[in-house]
Amino acid sequence: MSESDVTRDGVRGARPGRQAPTGAHAGRRRRGRRGRGEQPMVPEAEFSSYYGKPVLNKPTWKPLDIAGYLYLGGLAGASSLLAAGAQASGRPGLAAPAKLGAAGAISVSLAALVHDLGRPARFLNMLRVLKPTSPMSVGSWLLAGYAPLTLTAAATEVAGRYRLLGSAATAASAVLGPAVATYTAVLLADTAVPSWHEGYRELPFVFAGSAATAASGLALAAAPAAQAGPARRLAVLGAALELGAFRAMKRRMGLSAEPFEQGRPHLLLRAAEALTAGGAALALFGGRDRRLLLAAGAALLTGSAALRFGVFHAGVASAQDPKYTVVPQRERLERGR
Amino acid sequence: MRDGDEVHGHLLYGPQPDVAGASGYPDAPPRMGFFTDTSVCIGCKACEVACKEWNAIPEDGLVFTGMSYDNTQGLGADTWRHVAFIEQRKPFGGQEPGVGHEDVDVFAAAARLGTGASSPGPGATSPPPGRAPAGAPAGEISPVSPDGRTELRWLMASDVCKHCTHAACLDVCPTGALFRTEFGTVVVQEDICNGCGYCVPACPYGVIDQREGDGRVWKCTLCYDRLGAGMEPACAKACPTDSIQFGPLQELRERAAERVAQLHAAGVTDARLYGESPDDGVGGDGAFFLLLDEPEVYGLPPDPVVTTRDLPDMWRHAALAAVSLAALALGSFARRPR
Repeated sequence: MSESDVTRDGVRGARPGRQAPTGAHAGRRRRGRRGRGEQPMVPEAEFSSYYGKPVLNKPTWKPLDIAGYLYLGGLAGASSLLAAGAQASGRPGLAAPAKLGAAGAISVSLAALVHDLGRPARFLNMLRVLKPTSPMSVGSWLLAGYAPLTLTAAATEVAGRYRLLGSAATAASAVLGPAVATYTAVLLADTAVPSWHEGYRELPFVFAGSAATAASGLALAAAPAAQAGPARRLAVLGAALELGAFRAMKRRMGLSAEPFEQGRPHLLLRAAEALTAGGAALALFGGRDRRLLLAAGAALLTGSAALRFGVFHAGVASAQDPKYTVVPQRERLERGR
Repeated sequence: MRDGDEVHGHLLYGPQPDVAGASGYPDAPPRMGFFTDTSVCIGCKACEVACKEWNAIPEDGLVFTGMSYDNTQGLGADTWRHVAFIEQRKPFGGQEPGVGHEDVDVFAAAARLGTGASSPGPGATSPPPGRAPAGAPAGEISPVSPDGRTELRWLMASDVCKHCTHAACLDVCPTGALFRTEFGTVVVQEDICNGCGYCVPACPYGVIDQREGDGRVWKCTLCYDRLGAGMEPACAKACPTDSIQFGPLQELRERAAERVAQLHAAGVTDARLYGESPDDGVGGDGAFFLLLDEPEVYGLPPDPVVTTRDLPDMWRHAALAAVSLAALALGSFARRPR
């Protein structure tokens, strides 16, 4: 553990005393900030740790599976809302891609979950019990109800038969859709991971907004321009909710917002911001140009995905640095709870 | 106090005197647990070995960290007991650290060894009878060493699953694989665990983890199989200094309070209990510790709170967000179709 060397000329590189790096020295060194990053929100914290080792075990979820699962769940949930609205307001050109999008996204999202579990039979264990204290249990039951409804809606759409059944399934999936889009925020927040837990009040709104932008992006890209009006408006409203809630969340979180501003999460979240805002602007002012609508849709879809991956990676980073666990808890203790 | 607590009758947070009873064991035996007194830990790792042997835990990677004698590094799927080694420049009882001794002639001092009137003599490891602090019977309290003997201290602590009163891992498990035993401990059923890994980030202590190549999660069972047969856990059985003590939690708490008072009287003012209070963020731990420094120095969180404390609030916010999303969609269709 010593960094000194004993040489013929005496001891080299010895540090004053023989102190183990249990203090501030033990923490991870901050790497140089790239480009014109934002200033740190909180001054560098002095804290003790065990050789800089994390206090928490980091999430074992595979990023592509679980961040992808969060993203696709949002896309599906909000698409169901668009599908029901389009159906009720007589916009078949908008309803069809929204229904197919919801069914496709939720199927791939379930596949991602099963892939993360390892084998399909393990998903059945999710349905052994229903526990309100476990967002994953609640979510599994939600999906078990929601996925068949979207598949029914999409199948009747494609077949062009059983219209009544299709309408009922579309309406029912629109009732469950918003819950599917927002429960994933609770899934992340109900952990000890600082950058996920501390934002639990605003995170559902961030995810709701992000779901709206993703679904409207898909609709803008796939629906005829004449029927895309609601998708345009949803894109703007969703982007406003997502960006506003995310700002509010970071302001409230204090030190645990720092991982959002560093490294890969920072790049992803900056990209998400730019793509979502740009896509919404393009949706609003893009007119009926097919190419512009496609570009807006692609920007909104990618922006929403970048947000989920950014939030996911920021949480993992916050779990791996003991600073984010120790400092806020130490401050809470000193405030006397 | 939050509304959620009242609604749920402290199920998610707060003191819970009858842990097993609340989990559906009408005539449960007394709650059992660990008291790990780190002031007598000698870092022999017998607990790590005994745990591995008894529970047939696979090898957890043969790496030399180079940071200390601790090559295990932390708790995980294949490490259910972990001994931390902390080297510190901090005095025990009444020492002065970092005092220069350049003017001392060590050879002259060596020549005088054992001959001075006040010297304890060669081989002595305890203060001479007259000089022990009040309340410390000579030789009984190990942390008090003769003046100026060393400026360095080693802290060693055997860490383990805390078997929380409100266990986040158990609360968030979607399959019911984690359950509360009749002894008030928390155990994973390996045939039910589906490897979702949700308990891993939920644990505020970083205990439970997923085993590579298996996918399922594993952690200390407090030797549930041995408890059922009336035996003590393997680590406590193997501990040569009784640093790990096993027994009814209530009894252990009394014993721990006595030990802290004894250490304080001996001048070890840094001694403190960690995780024993039923009023803390996890409702008190089934495995608690006597530490000689701040918890974070040992890699423990200073003030862990069970994440599900905020769960009612989380569900409320998610419901509100879902309603907002539906309202946004409704708003988008509010105009006439074009």
